[in-house]
Amino acid sequence: MRKLASFVAGLLFGLGLLLSGMANPAKVIGFLDLAGAWDPSLALVMAGAIGIALLPFAWAKRRGRALLDAPMQLPQKRELDGRLIAGSLLFGIGWGVAGICPGPAIAMLLGGHWQIVLFMLAMLGGMLLFSALERRRAC
Amino acid sequence: MTIDWGNFTPWTALAGGVLIGAAASLFVVLNGRIAGISGLLASLLERGAEGRGEKFLFILGVLLAPLPWMLFGNLPNPEFQVGWPGLLIAGLLVGIGTRYGGGCTSGHGVCGISRLSPRSIVATLTFMTAGFATVFVLRHLLGG
Repeated sequence: MRKLASFVAGLLFGLGLLLSGMANPAKVIGFLDLAGAWDPSLALVMAGAIGIALLPFAWAKRRGRALLDAPMQLPQKRELDGRLIAGSLLFGIGWGVAGICPGPAIAMLLGGHWQIVLFMLAMLGGMLLFSALERRRAC
Repeated sequence: MTIDWGNFTPWTALAGGVLIGAAASLFVVLNGRIAGISGLLASLLERGAEGRGEKFLFILGVLLAPLPWMLFGNLPNPEFQVGWPGLLIAGLLVGIGTRYGGGCTSGHGVCGISRLSPRSIVATLTFMTAGFATVFVLRHLLGG
């Protein structure tokens, strides 16, 4: 049941990404281009998503277990550290260069565009590089 | 600043956002998990990460979303803004950055803000500002 719920949630998530316009890099860059002809659409994507999710997340925060008998796994970290800021800066720069973030890259991966495949491979490479650096740090 | 009314799509943006938010809500309420794409993806790269089955199926759902979509219409046609060197650099930065920062647009931007996490609010403001600044530099200072 949990597996089915995961799949259905992922499917809805992907459909939302496709509908929202996030799957088009030109649209994302149009939103990030404050100094040019600004397309505010993606602010409404965020508003719609957060608007509907506020109450369910408030409920989830007060619960120890999820409805399908699984532990509620919400992030526990509280501190604002350099890694959070530096990582988010790097991510934002990458997002601004290509106009693609991880969700839309997956939702468009089977669309037959080599650009998405290349971006995806580079992104997975970046994640593996991070893991390798972390392992070295831990030694 | 001028508003690009010609490309402004308020209704599909809002409806798409509601779907994304509803999906993230289902995942946390039913499975107790955060729908953060970069985090889920990173777990799939790790051997023996917790809950890999459920995480894999969520990602599979996102990956296969074009199938039900195509029952009703054509897939959106992405207009790419950079060539292969830009895509390569952007992908690397997004991969490394989301791991150091612990999330991306979905994990921090949607789920994190929805649960009012100060870390996620700071992260979202940071990557949005970096995105705005990057586009400003590439488009208006360097004139790409």
